[in-house]
Amino acid sequence: MYQFQYDSTPKLMKGNEALAEAALRAGMQGYFGYPITPQSEVLEYLTEHAPKRKNVVVLQAESEVASINMIYGAAGAGARVMTSSSSPGISLMQEGISYIASAELPCLLVNVQRGGPGLGTIQPSQADYFQATKGGGHGDYHLFVLAPSSVQEMAEHVFLGFHIAEKYRMPSLVLADGALGQMLEKVLLPKDGSLPYAEKSWATTGKTKDRERNIITSLHIDPNKMEMINLQLQDKYRKLKQEIRFEEINTKDADIILVAYGLTARICQKAMDLAKEKGIQVGVVRPITLYPFPYEILSTLAEKASAFLTVEMNAGQMVEDVRLAINGKRPVFFKGRMGGIIPNPEEILLEIETIAEKQQLKNIYA
Amino acid sequence: MNTITIPDEMELVYSKPETITDTPLHYCPGCTHGVIHRVLMEVVNEMGIAEQTVGVAPVGCSVFAYNYMNIDMQEAAHGRASAVATGIRRVLPEKYVFSYQGDGDLAAIGTAETIHSVNRGENILIVFVNNGIYGMTGGQMAPTTLLGMVTSTTPFGREQSAMGYPIKMTDLVAQLPGAYYVTRQAAYTAATVRKLKKAIEKAFQFQTRKKGTCFIEVVSNCPSGWKMTPIEANDWLEKNMLPMYPLGDLKVPKE
Ligand SMILES: Cc1ncc(C[n+]2csc(CCOP(=O)(O)OP(=O)(O)O)c2C)c(N)n1
Repeated sequence: MYQFQYDSTPKLMKGNEALAEAALRAGMQGYFGYPITPQSEVLEYLTEHAPKRKNVVVLQAESEVASINMIYGAAGAGARVMTSSSSPGISLMQEGISYIASAELPCLLVNVQRGGPGLGTIQPSQADYFQATKGGGHGDYHLFVLAPSSVQEMAEHVFLGFHIAEKYRMPSLVLADGALGQMLEKVLLPKDGSLPYAEKSWATTGKTKDRERNIITSLHIDPNKMEMINLQLQDKYRKLKQEIRFEEINTKDADIILVAYGLTARICQKAMDLAKEKGIQVGVVRPITLYPFPYEILSTLAEKASAFLTVEMNAGQMVEDVRLAINGKRPVFFKGRMGGIIPNPEEILLEIETIAEKQQLKNIYA
Repeated sequence: MNTITIPDEMELVYSKPETITDTPLHYCPGCTHGVIHRVLMEVVNEMGIAEQTVGVAPVGCSVFAYNYMNIDMQEAAHGRASAVATGIRRVLPEKYVFSYQGDGDLAAIGTAETIHSVNRGENILIVFVNNGIYGMTGGQMAPTTLLGMVTSTTPFGREQSAMGYPIKMTDLVAQLPGAYYVTRQAAYTAATVRKLKKAIEKAFQFQTRKKGTCFIEVVSNCPSGWKMTPIEANDWLEKNMLPMYPLGDLKVPKE
């Protein structure tokens, strides 16, 4: 597992700015992006601070289509590169992301989600879970998907995202939301220059005499070759399972397990405390990697806990993975708010109480 | 009686440059893609810059350019070759970077990337192969298709009222301050091929100046798509394509 090295003193920063600063400290060599709320601070921060460093390219592209293809080119040329956007912009990038996944190019993508569908709202949302974890673009591929739940993790996940991207030669995605991007919090930044560069002998840096030419492509006309490439990708995704991360809070004696990621996981902790006051034992499982998804821990917890409640800022997306994990062993309930509304701890508590009643948990503690 | 004297030792007067692989070309008979590949790679070889050159292939008939060019290459999504080239050149600022694109790729789906790459003055070479048709997908109308021209999606000829006019991308690009060298060439006769080679040479030399984008249109044919023999296609090119897309320099740097 990747070990972070930290600064000695914390800073007070906005999520988007902490992420941008972390990218510079992680040795990012190129950033290509297009403005969109609620993540424009990333490009703004980088255009201001990158010039203080040597050899960091920051370019405002003409569109997200252009920026993702610049990422393809620069990643293919061996550079550590990143782009960031918010939901509509990430939709526009999907063809390029599919090419990047197929050509096995390491890079970091950031989606500071806003409410949709369509132009939607600029308020926070988690409605791009399916897009992020199930493929998003065409073809069978996945991204390594990280879900930060604090400004601290906005910074850390940049390092982790680059690290995994280069270790497995695949795109990583930080799936944040508008609230995490905009909120100010204390952050202990990872140390400048503490992420070593991976060896990239496959990159198109100019064919020297001592090697064959390097080709970055996703085209394999022969279906047998294309199937082989697919098998290799699937093999990589299987290996990626060793990178699964999650956080468990009070799950040991919990009767009801809340499953939530990112911002909602924090709100769920508050709901957990409120439930305790009412005599209901609640725990929280917070998936940190959304792909690969921590199925096993949920399946294990289903042996003891009597019910699960998934809380998301969408119409119910991760809940499908939770149900896959629980596999019918226990009831899995869902509470969601949509369109940019953040659920509050009280409405989650209400849900917990209803479940407790249904499961007759109240009787145990009454 | 005439006698032929066979020299003891053959003198090599023409050969395949090292920058071309042994892979047999997949292009249709008479298509100029192969010729353009060849001169492009000849220049790279003769200038001795193969180790410093990275090419970008488009989606289109020349999607497999990387199979024929013996240099490091990337294959871009349809229309995005100049964005991919931008990404490469920005992180490898001392390398020679070119994109090689068809008219559908560069002037339809990739118009925004073309205009903005040139407008930023990206220090790349864009080779724009204009055959007035979508070759790869079977001969549909391209933005460059001439009025009245029959394609598989303009079975009665391209009509302006429905499908607009052929776009002169090179003229558009020449207006942009980021463009450093803009020229329109062809590759259907020995003389035009020689001129094309000169233009490519200049464009690579200009790249080291870092003064902006070099843009070379090559007015080309598509015997299969045009449903003509190679000879008919070249005649048709001269009579119909060249009046619309006249050869010559559109923007030359002041020395
Ligand atoms: C996003 C996307 N849309 C459509 C296609 C299908 N397609 C492949 S090549 C092509 C047209 C190529 O024509 P042109 O750029 O003129 O090059 P040519 O084949 O004539 O050399 C199209 C439409 C694709 N591959 N990707």
